[in-house]
Amino acid sequence: MTSAPPVVFEHGEIVQPRRVATPMWLRAALYWGYQYKRTWRSSIVTSFLIPVLYLTSMGVALGSLVDKHSHGVSGVSYVAYLAPGLLAATCMQIGANDTMWPVMGAIKWMRTYLAMLAAPLDVYDVILGHLAWVAARLGIVTTIYLAVMAAFGTVHSPWAILALPAGILTGMAFAAPMAAFSATQEKDVAFSTVYRFIVIPLFLFSGTFFPISQLPRLLEYLAYVTPLYHGVALCRDLTLGSGHPWVDVGHAAYLALWVGVGYAFCRRTFAARLVV
Amino acid sequence: MVEAHKLEKRFGDFVAVDGVDFTIAKGESFGFLGPNGAGKTSTMRMISCISPVSGGTLRVLGLDPATEGAQIRARMGLVPQEDSLDLDLTVLDNLMIYGRYFDLPKKVIRQRADQLLEFAQLTERANDRVDPLSGGMKRRLTIARALISDPDLLILDEPTTGLDPQARHLLWDRLYRLKQQGVTLVITTHYMDEAEQLCDRLVVMDKGRFAAEGSPRQLIGQHATKEVVELRFEPGHHEEIAPRVAGLAQRHEVLPDRILLYTDDGDAALAEVAAMGLAPRSTLVRRSTLEDVFLRLTGRTLVD
Repeated sequence: MTSAPPVVFEHGEIVQPRRVATPMWLRAALYWGYQYKRTWRSSIVTSFLIPVLYLTSMGVALGSLVDKHSHGVSGVSYVAYLAPGLLAATCMQIGANDTMWPVMGAIKWMRTYLAMLAAPLDVYDVILGHLAWVAARLGIVTTIYLAVMAAFGTVHSPWAILALPAGILTGMAFAAPMAAFSATQEKDVAFSTVYRFIVIPLFLFSGTFFPISQLPRLLEYLAYVTPLYHGVALCRDLTLGSGHPWVDVGHAAYLALWVGVGYAFCRRTFAARLVV
Repeated sequence: MVEAHKLEKRFGDFVAVDGVDFTIAKGESFGFLGPNGAGKTSTMRMISCISPVSGGTLRVLGLDPATEGAQIRARMGLVPQEDSLDLDLTVLDNLMIYGRYFDLPKKVIRQRADQLLEFAQLTERANDRVDPLSGGMKRRLTIARALISDPDLLILDEPTTGLDPQARHLLWDRLYRLKQQGVTLVITTHYMDEAEQLCDRLVVMDKGRFAAEGSPRQLIGQHATKEVVELRFEPGHHEEIAPRVAGLAQRHEVLPDRILLYTDDGDAALAEVAAMGLAPRSTLVRRSTLEDVFLRLTGRTLVD
């Protein structure tokens, strides 16, 4: 057995307390940033490719048929109509995805949350840190998406800059409630169900691809209740410069309500799971 | 460092820790022994301010876990029963990110990480992912990680469970060094040799209460004799022979495969067995261990 040096740390190492302590939740968010360092390249490439592929095939190719027969949708070309809808739908997917398996993993598989809780962080820091990271990632993806949209000539208004917070808000309206749900789960089987019966139907029927007025009346009302519809409408108003400001404030407030309620549930379910 | 008075932990109707009192002094290494389900881990989780106290009082480092948990945890290192390492990150990154939880400057974490990797004999693996490392290496990394904040108190929940003998001895060696450096250690274990090696003082827990308390030597002195004679006869004859040899010892115990005689002079007892004309198939005279104390206090029935 080789001899080990003592762990009493070298003298002269004076640990100056930071002038401003890093907030606890930010320390948790930094962990997820660390994780992301491993995969950021492929993640960025994907964030570019997805909108390029969708906007080319559905927006431009399929859209040319739509434009020829119906002279666009709501007064703009189909690709300009579709792009903000896809932006919101992508944010929904990321918001939901990043709070399903990663939350379960951090509770059960890798026990990351437990490692954090053994450090000075508490359960609320753990939740806020994770959600803050999801918001940051949504910010990255939305920024890239908006750049691609601009390249496709689908950004018609300077208000489009506000589509960045709108995209983040849309994603978080799913992330917060989903995280609360994930913290109650013992196994990951429910996640594919959520995907099949919530995420995909919303993706298809919340005004992403066509106005919800095309839907039967009952489904149309249903679409109004879903957060994705409001995210789509908000992003679309902002990139096209259409819509009434107060209506958009209403959309944003509705999304914020989902984030707030989701966060309140997170505080309950995370505490019930992690503080026993 | 730690003071508990009538400390309780309940889960619904189930009482995991049933009103225990203990004090752990600075620089001491204190052990919680007991079978599975005795309440060791629940006690540890309360001391580490992860699990709220259900009753009684608890002070850790002079602070109240209920309201000052973050300040306590900032000065404490925890090695949980199950590793919570990030398997996708490298060995070094695991230390770096953990140091960030304590808001240590990057430079300081880096310096300490180098020292700790050396201490944990992981320097060569610093830039490898954690996933493929052996159980012993992961355990050493978990301990190194718990030391990144230079804690005053190190809590280890079954530090060597599931490790092979080499890995266990290496870990004991490292923990012994920490102890010599004055780090206060709190350890749970169900390995008696581990407790004898590492603990200055220990409690034996059973069904949420303390069955005994003292140094390993004291416990053996109080709850066992100096020596134990093990007699193995032909299978099936133990019950019938036991009453004849019972008088030779202060206490005896009949197991399916042997009779145990608890006595202060094993050789004398063995000589008397021979004088009675009994011829066991094999005999063994040994010193009492904590294991004898443990089994006496917590029973031989399997606890699941």
